[in-house]
Amino acid sequence: MSTNIADHVRATLVRRGRWGIGEILFWLIAAATLYFLPERHLILNEIVIIGLFALSLDLILGYAGIVSLGHAAFFGLGAYTAGILARDGIADPLLGLGAAAIAAALLGFVTSFLVLRGSDLTKLMVTLGVALVLGEIANQASWLTGGADGLQGIAMGPILGLFEFDIFGTTAYGYSLTVTFLLFILARRIVVSPYGLSLRSIRDNPLKARAVGIPVNRRLVAVYTLAAAYAGIAGALLAQTTQFVSLDVLAFHRSADVMLVLVIGGVGYLYGGLIGAIVFKVLQDVISAWTPQYWQFWIGLILVIIVLAGRERLTERVRVLWKGVAGRTAKSPETLPKTSAREV
Amino acid sequence: MLTILFDGIAYGMLLFVLACGLAVTLGLMNFVNLAHGAFAMAGGYVTAVLMNRIGVPFLATLPLAFIVPAILGLVLERTLYKRLYSRSHLDQVLFSIGLVFMAVAAVDYSFGSQQQLIQLPTWLQGRIDILGVQVGLYRSFIIVICGALVVALQLILTKTRFGSRLRAAVDDPRVARGLGINVSLIFATTFAFGSGLAGLGGALGAEILGLDPTFPLKFMIYFLIVVTVGGTTSITGPFLASLLLGIADVAGKYYVPSVGAFVIYTLMIVVLVLRPQGLFERAR
Repeated sequence: MSTNIADHVRATLVRRGRWGIGEILFWLIAAATLYFLPERHLILNEIVIIGLFALSLDLILGYAGIVSLGHAAFFGLGAYTAGILARDGIADPLLGLGAAAIAAALLGFVTSFLVLRGSDLTKLMVTLGVALVLGEIANQASWLTGGADGLQGIAMGPILGLFEFDIFGTTAYGYSLTVTFLLFILARRIVVSPYGLSLRSIRDNPLKARAVGIPVNRRLVAVYTLAAAYAGIAGALLAQTTQFVSLDVLAFHRSADVMLVLVIGGVGYLYGGLIGAIVFKVLQDVISAWTPQYWQFWIGLILVIIVLAGRERLTERVRVLWKGVAGRTAKSPETLPKTSAREV
Repeated sequence: MLTILFDGIAYGMLLFVLACGLAVTLGLMNFVNLAHGAFAMAGGYVTAVLMNRIGVPFLATLPLAFIVPAILGLVLERTLYKRLYSRSHLDQVLFSIGLVFMAVAAVDYSFGSQQQLIQLPTWLQGRIDILGVQVGLYRSFIIVICGALVVALQLILTKTRFGSRLRAAVDDPRVARGLGINVSLIFATTFAFGSGLAGLGGALGAEILGLDPTFPLKFMIYFLIVVTVGGTTSITGPFLASLLLGIADVAGKYYVPSVGAFVIYTLMIVVLVLRPQGLFERAR
């Protein structure tokens, strides 16, 4: 019987790991925008970066159930690492990306032990506190970070020694899109692995997860570190492609925005962050063109309405739609009960 | 030295009045309300607008600074907050962040983004010298009012029937409900009262803390520190926590301005990691 279940789980994971038509279409369209929307590359670049950032939040929030209000800490650390390296003459983008990922992962690893304890509220406060401390450090250490003036004088070399950054943002967009795509594949691989399954069981019921022998703390530390590295890379991409870093990357509204992005797109499935980023950026563009100073009001209203209308229902609807598009693979009957729809 | 201690105490008392409503929200209904500062801002703006546009004297605006946010709180609690008590913390966080964004933009739209200045009456301005210590009159005024409030709150909480019901509801809402206590009514009342106190705090603090549309975001972390560090089962926990925070903040800004808020955030993290239930909470 037990092998039977193991087989079944294996089969389910393999089935989930298969790429649907919708997914392939999604990435094809994304790649096509490189050629068809040349005048939009700057904003597309931003969308991709926010999408990657939201994806990294999804790894801990949607898959592991850690509520974080300070995810910008890793984003900002990555941005500053890449920015400072580039300012001091190490202009190779990939090197900067790697350094940012390592720096953010280290911070993530160290701080992950802080979020293992306590209730949701404690986690919230601790993550928020970490981000605030980093923001304060960046503000005070102006000899390193430029303080409130921002980090200036970033000059990036060509990517792989081949592609120079141009002013239209085409190289930047291609670069961000490629990095995001590669990281997405990795994340997708991870969440359909047994490891990803164990994360979800921790999210749904930590006590039971511990009881069936999942090393809860180790899993959480690992995923937190991974998500931190992802966020660091997203920050580095922003620093490298805009060639500017300001204290804004560590600000509270970054953490809040990315949560909003993820919620718009849907928590707990990997496309949530990416779709949310598109919707968020388009919304922000439209609203701020209409009322430049007060767009936050409407964003806040949308947030309130989403929550009141029932976030899960919205997400479910999107997911059902998605399944319809993603092809008929989902039609095979599932005998095991699915994991509950509760997100956190 | 003593002046700093004095200023710190005034600041801490102010923080307590601002944050004690949040302690109840968090403790009673386990609701993470990041929008608490918005009510404080409402109180501050009531005072500022009444004084600057209509010319009402400062003291006369204070009751209104209490009543308006209280009514606002009551309405919002009955219409919106009520639906979210049983939701996940993530939902509550998102909802209240949304409210904060709306409040910030709405105030910015109605009153502009500049600092609101209020002119204190002359008998509250200046400093006097008591036993060689420079004491600000306005700060002593704040200490007296907030001190009276603290005593009153403590008495209400421990001596009245309402207080014991409230404490029962905080300790175990389910059992309290089972004993026939109308927990939701108690909560609505307390929420409104807490919002009103926040408004009063905002009005009193407009001079010290500053008042502009970003107020709820700027001080959100302080309120949360008071509540998480102080714990939520008693009134003394948050009170001691806000005094500590106030003194530490004022002293830190005075002696080591370059380190700034760094110390406070670090301390908060350390406390929360060592004692996730709060500094003054008894272990369950």
